[in-house]
Amino acid sequence: MLFENNYPWYAPLHINYHVGVDGISVAMILLTAFVVLAGVLVSWNVEKLSKEFFFLLLLLSLGAYGFFISLDLFTLFFFLEVAVIPKFLLIGIWGSGRKEYSAMKLALMLMTGSALVFVGLLGLYFNTNDGNGQHTFDILRIAQMNTPVSIQKIFFPFAFVGFGIFGALFPFHTWVPDGHSSAPTAASMFLAGISMKLGGYGCLRVATFLMPEAAHQYSWIIIVLASIAILYGAFATMMQTDLKYINAYSSVSHCGFVLLGIGMLTKTAIAGAVMQMVSHGLMTALFFASIGMIYDRTHTRQVAQLGGLLKIMPFISTVFVIAGLCSLGLPGFSGFVAEVTVFMGSWQHADNFYRIATIIACASIVVTAVYILRAVGKAIMGPLPLTAEGSPPHLWRGGEVDARWNEKWAAALLIVGIVMIGVAPFWLNDLVTPGTETMMKNIGKVVMLK
Amino acid sequence: MLTEFLYLMKAELMITIIIFILLFLKLGSKEMKAENMLNFINVLLVINLAAGFFNIPTGNLFGDMFRTNELFTLEKNFLNFGTLIISLQSYDWLKNHKHVPEFYILLLSTLLGMFFMISSSNLLMFYLGLELSTIPLAALCNFDLHQRRSSEAAFKMIMSSAFSSGLLLFGISLLYGSTGTLDFHELTLQLNDNSLQIFSLILLIAGFGFKISAVPFHLWTADVYEGSPVAVTSYLSVVSKGAILFVIVSVFYNVFTPVANSWYNMIFLISVATMIIGNLFALRQQNMKRFLAFSSIAQVGFILVGLTAQSTEGSSSVIYFILIYIFSNLGAFGVISVVSAITGKETMDDYRGFYKTNPFLTWVLAISLFSLAGIPPLAGFFGKFFLLFAGAGKGNYSLIVIAALNMVVSLYYYLKVIKAMFMDANENPIEKIHSHWQPKIAMGICVGGILITGIASGAYNYIHSLLK
Repeated sequence: MLFENNYPWYAPLHINYHVGVDGISVAMILLTAFVVLAGVLVSWNVEKLSKEFFFLLLLLSLGAYGFFISLDLFTLFFFLEVAVIPKFLLIGIWGSGRKEYSAMKLALMLMTGSALVFVGLLGLYFNTNDGNGQHTFDILRIAQMNTPVSIQKIFFPFAFVGFGIFGALFPFHTWVPDGHSSAPTAASMFLAGISMKLGGYGCLRVATFLMPEAAHQYSWIIIVLASIAILYGAFATMMQTDLKYINAYSSVSHCGFVLLGIGMLTKTAIAGAVMQMVSHGLMTALFFASIGMIYDRTHTRQVAQLGGLLKIMPFISTVFVIAGLCSLGLPGFSGFVAEVTVFMGSWQHADNFYRIATIIACASIVVTAVYILRAVGKAIMGPLPLTAEGSPPHLWRGGEVDARWNEKWAAALLIVGIVMIGVAPFWLNDLVTPGTETMMKNIGKVVMLK
Repeated sequence: MLTEFLYLMKAELMITIIIFILLFLKLGSKEMKAENMLNFINVLLVINLAAGFFNIPTGNLFGDMFRTNELFTLEKNFLNFGTLIISLQSYDWLKNHKHVPEFYILLLSTLLGMFFMISSSNLLMFYLGLELSTIPLAALCNFDLHQRRSSEAAFKMIMSSAFSSGLLLFGISLLYGSTGTLDFHELTLQLNDNSLQIFSLILLIAGFGFKISAVPFHLWTADVYEGSPVAVTSYLSVVSKGAILFVIVSVFYNVFTPVANSWYNMIFLISVATMIIGNLFALRQQNMKRFLAFSSIAQVGFILVGLTAQSTEGSSSVIYFILIYIFSNLGAFGVISVVSAITGKETMDDYRGFYKTNPFLTWVLAISLFSLAGIPPLAGFFGKFFLLFAGAGKGNYSLIVIAALNMVVSLYYYLKVIKAMFMDANENPIEKIHSHWQPKIAMGICVGGILITGIASGAYNYIHSLLK
């Protein structure tokens, strides 16, 4: 752990403000930094209550940063909850569509998640001690204690399902489509890009790292649920007609890969899960940014009403296509690297069960290609829809139709990230590896590969 | 002897002196203007609060009937503080009221009763304090003299408190019958799990349950809260409840230790029922005062979770939570009281679009409600966390799961208010409110407290160190 800082916070309860980073946290922080910066750039022209908007956006990123650097379960839980309410307000005040409903659903589901996490954390605290009867919330110290397997089996589901709700674990993913599609652009980027990663990171850092035996015993459930999420998410996306819903459901599918990688419990698969978190974060943020730009100009997100965007807004359309190609796992972009790493990690298990799950997950990529290419084909290519007078719709014409400077910068920032990972994956891999090695010290005790 | 008496009963004597000053002012020759009177009283209350922090006394009086120490003084300071905040917040309401001195005389008498109750070391003394703290409250509930609902509230209040006092008294007499003593120390030695004592324990818990409005003894709460003036409602829900909870902590943790298993089960059941019923009723409330009444019932349920811990963490988390509860609930009541005093609007629908016209008040209310809901980085998060944390130390995780899920339910109704204020459109929202600076100061203090008390761990650590 680097940059460690450890201060007593609530000394009588052995609660410390303990922060520090390893490779996994650094990767997540990097992702957060990219997405927040891009989000601020995209919302450059927010006029309604702009101070409050940026206040809440920054509060949200405070929660995310704090969560990723926490090495104490209390600090971690504190930051996890900090990141819930700003989302409610961002969606409810600046959102569109059924925003109040979505905001409430999101807030309540995420709070249920954190309530479960809370029970898991208390269970860990009171059932581990350092031999002198001393309890602790410190992640690194709990990792060294041998938590009894019976205790792990009780509290692992609480922690994993709790974080899983944040990370769109099937069947608790239902907040994702509503929340993402109602949120304003920057909040969608943040929600899909970072907020869902809080769940994945928590599953990894808390549930799996601290309770490896239980993780191993329950891994088949995790893998089944993740495979369902991957496949179900992909097929559900095919049925969507709204661009934001398309991306939201595809996020469920893509985040399934994260949980699949974690459930496999091999070093490569976990590295793949982390890379998928970073890759999906950047890609989905780019996707939502481009959808937001399209919506700003056309005032519709329905694929059926769009068409020929490439002719009138080439920059935005290109961004959309790049995000789409990354999403369907085209080599050269980050999605390919991450997904292949997850598959390679999962294939290391010789067992048929794991292999079938892997094959199912691979198959979903085909479905992804279908919905992405269909959306691109209809909205970006294709003919411009014409009004009754035979001209393109009024709103689309005149003035500055293509991206403004701030939007270009935002898109460029995210594309650079995606391409860097896609073309030269080794730097991300090298960054993550020390972190996964620490994880594997604990997990490897339990999971022996044949 | 006399100096000792003066020194040990410092807090009580201060309040008594203020009461008499007000009495003489009332009887005095000239009629004072309400504004001047209020300013004067608030200055007195500030002095009273400040005096509580210096020269903290420790010792016994009257043959061990009255005791005081650092912890009790701290608890009294909390109550003093709550009273001061309420007094500042009710400025807009009281400045048009004809009976300002009487209001404060009654209010401070109840406070005096609570002080005696906290300091009591004998069941008789405790009962005296309790009665002194309840009977004037019924008169206070009736202080909106022209409103019928206010008289109704007062009547319900007096009936239910008489009934609960009756139960308490029955319990106390049975306890006296079976142990032959009323003194706390001797009582502890005499207690064993025999059935008469358990029965008296049930009666005592029922009596306490009425006062803190725990389910199934909560039925008076909503009507009384709705009918009373907002200042009295906030006093009832924060200061009065806080005082009883302080007493419960010290009595259950120090006196009833031999029968700990019996009261653990009772408190466990009451806590679950209180959380669930309080939350379910709060979901459907439209009147803000009724809404806060039910939410405060649910809060008591969470406090009882902490009480079940039977450890130092348990008692310190309860006392710490009451401090936070003073900040959070009074912040919320402050806004409601200002709005109600100036516009007379009290329903949740009236608050739609509140943010457009009154951003400051909206943020105060929002921060208070978030704190009540237990959202970090506000103090309520720490309070709730420690209550449930203490409860989990006992090893009963079913209680913790129920409590944690109830927190989600409670979040729903707090968010409903937030949604009304920030998101809903309204043709004619509450107009811009110009309140006096004193309520604003009070709200500022509440918000400051909410923001600081949690992140800075000093308050909790101090309370914990006192209880060791």
